[in-house]
Amino acid sequence: MTGPADRRPNPEELLRHLQADERREQRGRLKVFLGYASRVGKSQRMLHEGVRRKQRGQDVIVAAIQPVVPPDVAEILEKLEVIPTVRWMHAGRPYEVIDLPAVFRRHPAACLIDGLAYDNPPGSRNPKRWQDVNELLDRGISVITAVNLQHIEEQQPAVERITGKRANQCIPQAFLAEADEIEVVDAPPEELHLAPGEPDPRRLGELRELALLLAADVVDQQLLGYLGSHGLTPQWGAQERILVCLTPHSDLEMLRSGRRNALRFHGALLAAHVEQAGLSEQDQKLLSEKLEAAREAGAELHTLQSGDFVDAVLELARSQRVTQIFIGHSLRRRGWLTRNPVDRLIDASESFDVRVFPHRGMA
Amino acid sequence: MSSAGRGRLKVYIGYAAGVGKTYQMLADAQDLRRRGVDVVVGYFEPHGRQDTIAQITGLEVIPRRVLEYRGTRLEEMDTAAILRRRPAVCVVDEFAHTNVPGCDRNKRWEEVHVLLDAGIDVLTTMNVQHLESLNDQVWNVTGIRVRETVPDWVLDEADEVRLIDVTPRALRNRLERGVVYSTEKAQQAMDHFFTEANLAALREIALRYAAHEIEEKLEAAPAETVDTGRRERILICVTANPFSASLIRRGKRVADYLRGDCLALHVLPQGGWAELPAGTREVIERHLHFARNLRIDTHAIAGPHVPRSIANFAREHQVTQIFVGRSLPRPWFKLLSETVVQQIVRLSADTQITIVSQRRR
Repeated sequence: MTGPADRRPNPEELLRHLQADERREQRGRLKVFLGYASRVGKSQRMLHEGVRRKQRGQDVIVAAIQPVVPPDVAEILEKLEVIPTVRWMHAGRPYEVIDLPAVFRRHPAACLIDGLAYDNPPGSRNPKRWQDVNELLDRGISVITAVNLQHIEEQQPAVERITGKRANQCIPQAFLAEADEIEVVDAPPEELHLAPGEPDPRRLGELRELALLLAADVVDQQLLGYLGSHGLTPQWGAQERILVCLTPHSDLEMLRSGRRNALRFHGALLAAHVEQAGLSEQDQKLLSEKLEAAREAGAELHTLQSGDFVDAVLELARSQRVTQIFIGHSLRRRGWLTRNPVDRLIDASESFDVRVFPHRGMA
Repeated sequence: MSSAGRGRLKVYIGYAAGVGKTYQMLADAQDLRRRGVDVVVGYFEPHGRQDTIAQITGLEVIPRRVLEYRGTRLEEMDTAAILRRRPAVCVVDEFAHTNVPGCDRNKRWEEVHVLLDAGIDVLTTMNVQHLESLNDQVWNVTGIRVRETVPDWVLDEADEVRLIDVTPRALRNRLERGVVYSTEKAQQAMDHFFTEANLAALREIALRYAAHEIEEKLEAAPAETVDTGRRERILICVTANPFSASLIRRGKRVADYLRGDCLALHVLPQGGWAELPAGTREVIERHLHFARNLRIDTHAIAGPHVPRSIANFAREHQVTQIFVGRSLPRPWFKLLSETVVQQIVRLSADTQITIVSQRRR
């Protein structure tokens, strides 16, 4: 995606990036280990990283760990300094709370925090543990932490569809997306030593897929941010992005196919139409139906200002990193000496495929 | 998936050298050994990485076979020796490796197939950029055309794929510390291939690929159908144009994702192969051979009119989507006449036609 085509950022953009960089420099760095289920080995990976950093001379401590750990984790834990969590009872339920004042006093370079999604008891400084982490980062302390897919709020509906269960503690996905680094802890389901009552290997496989796609999306956003701040234009990338060009007479199969393809590729679906003055009432109605169908198919809608259709589509394709354009055969009408839009689009395509759909009304 | 009697294949996938694929594979091998499984190392590439080398202690290593090639001594995996030794599990590094000329088989993955056929389980490593279907994407992202590739079906048949993920930052730290390459080589690598943007893009490709593989292995899900209820059948129009390889990869990738069938067609002059100049013929044969290696059903038919032959073939074979490369730019005096692509679009008006552009960097 590092195209040779350099694009100079405008001054405001540059200033925004500089300010963001400055904030980032003073802030601690956040690294998150993401797992798709318990027992994939997140805590272990997190602790191993802590030990390695300590060996390399970084001042690392542990600020939160699960109350009960398996023997192999306990063994690694012995190599690290721990600031124990404080146990609070509230409404008959025990809570483990990070001892923030103690961590602030100790002020390490980095601290390890397990169970990112934990709730703090009512009346705490912050209702949620991830907000404690935010405070640590604000004070320049880096945090290495671990979280499970089912604890990410925006992923909960999908997780519930797979497992039939919903976790009661969660973090917003934006917190994960803003992390400096996210690392997937992947292991085949057969290798997890499952406790009874946990999802079967098939469901675990689905969760595993979900976690990888979430990480891919986060990486994609980070990459766009990086390219943007370096004045680089992103080119077509790892994700399929399909743009359906709609007219009043478009065949709905274009949208259905777009949706099927986007689902199978785990890609994005976009739909565009040109704003036209003087559309007949009948055509206006047909177009509205097509746009409604596009919305139902989950497409992101774009309205192109009238002017040159092909130029507008090309510009949209570039800015949205489109990899496939779906267009109807009906647009192949050609005037005297003017070339039809489909042919022009094909001639101008450099970074996307053009798929021409038959117009069955005419066939 | 493997049938009874055949060995199981597990592939550790990464997005670059140094992410820790071999390390994890050897750690798992040690785990197996401790549990009493008869595991040997068939091939291991130390790359001078100390912590990886330490991971091999205690594992039985089958000595490599030494070959002489143009006066140089080269080493390859000794498949025959492994077969004689008959372990339960064999560790084979660098799945995408191409053998020295003179070996019985061209590719290491073919050697691995011999072991699997003999009922031996295999653990192996590979970087995602060696996957055939990702070749163009990887080139676009990194500017590097990977030559050693593995067809996708080989990975589809693996019983298990495990992604080894690290962040680009951690990987670059490893490079800086000289863990992956010697310091001098590392600096060069960081300035070129291992840039932050390259690594992030490759990583995204690897994450999406791993997700796709997991989904494929989860279900023998029904094939996608077009709205008439027909299964997708994709026809790729192969020519002598060097872009055909990318076109074939693209068509196959779409067919695979839609779980459809994939065909490739070249239309010969009426006189058949004999009418082609030797050079052109060789190129087309190479392209069709490439398609067959990807398990595409290939055809060459003779006809007087290329677009009409394609349209007829598509109809006869119930094709739902035709893949063609874009016609070359034309001189101004031909702008009013139709290109081959335009003719195909006109003559196959009842079929979806995908015009694949030649991506530029």
